[in-house]
Amino acid sequence: MSTTLEPPGAAAPGTGTPDIRGAAVRRGDRVFVGLSRGAGILILVTMAAIAVFLIWKSIPSLQANTANFFTTSEWSPDANPAVFGIAALLFGTLMTALIAMLLAVPVGIGIALFIAHYASRRLASTLGFVTDLLAAVPSIIFGMWGIQFLTPQLQGFLQWLTTYFGWIPIFANDLGIYTRSILIAGIVLAIMVLPTISAISREVFVQTPRTHIEAALALGATRWEMVRMAIFPFARPGMISASMLGLGRALGETIAVALLLSATYDINWHLTEPGGITFAANIALKWNEAGNIGLSALVASGLVLFVITLAVNMGARLIIARRSEFSGAN
Amino acid sequence: MADLTARERDESEELLHEALAGGHLPRWSALATAGASIVVAFLLNVLTGIDGVAGTAVVAMLLFLVGQTGWSFVVEGRRHAIDRLATTAVYATFVIAVVPLVAVLGTVLVKGVQVISVEFLTTSMRFATPTSEGGGLYHALIGTLEQVGIAALFGVPLGILTAIYLVEYAPSMRNRRLAHSISFFVDVMTGVPSVVVGLFVYTAFVLTLGLERSGIAASIALTILMLPVVVRSTEEMLRIVPRELREASYALGIPKWRTILKIVLPTAMSGIITGAMLAIARVAGETAPLLLTTFISQSINPNPFKGPQAALPTFIWDQFTNGTDVSVNRAWGAALVLIVLVMVLYATAKLISRFTGVKSS
Repeated sequence: MSTTLEPPGAAAPGTGTPDIRGAAVRRGDRVFVGLSRGAGILILVTMAAIAVFLIWKSIPSLQANTANFFTTSEWSPDANPAVFGIAALLFGTLMTALIAMLLAVPVGIGIALFIAHYASRRLASTLGFVTDLLAAVPSIIFGMWGIQFLTPQLQGFLQWLTTYFGWIPIFANDLGIYTRSILIAGIVLAIMVLPTISAISREVFVQTPRTHIEAALALGATRWEMVRMAIFPFARPGMISASMLGLGRALGETIAVALLLSATYDINWHLTEPGGITFAANIALKWNEAGNIGLSALVASGLVLFVITLAVNMGARLIIARRSEFSGAN
Repeated sequence: MADLTARERDESEELLHEALAGGHLPRWSALATAGASIVVAFLLNVLTGIDGVAGTAVVAMLLFLVGQTGWSFVVEGRRHAIDRLATTAVYATFVIAVVPLVAVLGTVLVKGVQVISVEFLTTSMRFATPTSEGGGLYHALIGTLEQVGIAALFGVPLGILTAIYLVEYAPSMRNRRLAHSISFFVDVMTGVPSVVVGLFVYTAFVLTLGLERSGIAASIALTILMLPVVVRSTEEMLRIVPRELREASYALGIPKWRTILKIVLPTAMSGIITGAMLAIARVAGETAPLLLTTFISQSINPNPFKGPQAALPTFIWDQFTNGTDVSVNRAWGAALVLIVLVMVLYATAKLISRFTGVKSS
């Protein structure tokens, strides 16, 4: 067993692999170890610094705030007295992300399945390229496209939805205007997180042991039964964490949402009506007009966003890590 | 088998027959169902008043799902019907992935090409207003190239060094806790929203350390966004360098650091370059951190350390939110330039990795 090739943590802790040094340790090595370890530590320091500075700089506004930070919808931090809270931001962020997830998770997993187990090799590599390209399109372009191309295209569908399903509150529309809504922002976000979900799901799908697949097929399973009995059980943790990483992206997406939403600070369950605002979009939109307390309030909202995305991402990574330790499938 | 009644025997034979040589839909079934679905979708379209191509397409797809599954259920049985349903659904996701990409690229191309001209590429917005024709993105192009270039200058070496530590040094050390936490936080860092990174750079470097809101502040934010991507891709590349190469080098008495510099890195170089270019392409289109760390400028400023400096994403944001026809057109033109820039980086990276990848044994 070579020590040089093992990824960190690949050897089970406590098995006591002998410490074979690849070669003689010279001064060059010390310098090199120092440099490379320093670079790694810099990453840890950066993460810690992000947390420290966000907390530190949000204190002034939290002290000045006369309203409840968590239950207030209004955003007037520079008023006297300062009144602001994240209720509307939280609602908009969670709602757009939820819609994005509902649409993107099934489709993303479908794409991953298609690439890994349905398509011919040639088609699969083309589609892999296509989804990667989708990931490379800058966020702001999705926002412009959402306003100028997608919104007009969706008008008919949204009106139809309100006409026939308007009795469900979320599809009701009292204004008769179907632009700049949370639903449209959610749809654009879904397109934006598709590549994340499909790329990671695809990675775990292709790792399914060949023997599991062949055993299922040999027992007479149809292709779908094979997918359900051999691939999904093996890939479930991967699919969950892929979705969570997609969720993390959807929660933090800024510019596309800032362009798409009409920035109203209320909690409106009529998702096809104009309205809504998210943490990230609020920061981008209010940044240049904010005073001292305003900036600090935006930092405070950014801190909440940071904590939420951190929790989602760490959860996703822990699920992946646990899988790689315990799956003895191959 | 003697104790089976005649009826049971018939049933089991039927099951066997169904399993081995059960009914099959004819080969043309998919096309026929698709055609019928589209026709019915058009009729429904007229009746219920859904307009737009998208609505019709969705309805047709749903009809196809129901029609084919029903037909298959009658002829082939439940299990095959479900299998066909799933197959159709999986194929449908393929269409769903391609449609938005084509629509986005198509929109940018159609709207952008009308704006692109020599003047647009070589002048700044200094003498143009939101309502006047003329002007261009030269100042923004310079800004983006400088900001992204500086970010790459810091981000790529730092990322490669971290990856070297994680792959080459940490595994042979007794205490791996540091490597574990670096590895974990590199992953977590990929998920930090770009706007939060912008907030951090503003609060730490601008508010606390007194740095100007300038190109360099933007570069710092882009470096932070780029780092984890470079680390991850470099790590993957270093891992597939064959062990034998390292061992051959050690056997010749060559120290580890020289082995890494002369053997490992050159072997993995094309993959590392690919990863770095993908990371650069990813941050080149970032808008949010730039909005927070720079001031939007309308004129050429080649100095990233002083004064407002434009960049392509903030140029697009500025022009698009101006809202006038001329400005929005300029935004689409800049979007085309930005997307071409990103796609060129991206395609080059893919080509490099396709033709010069590490030959893993």
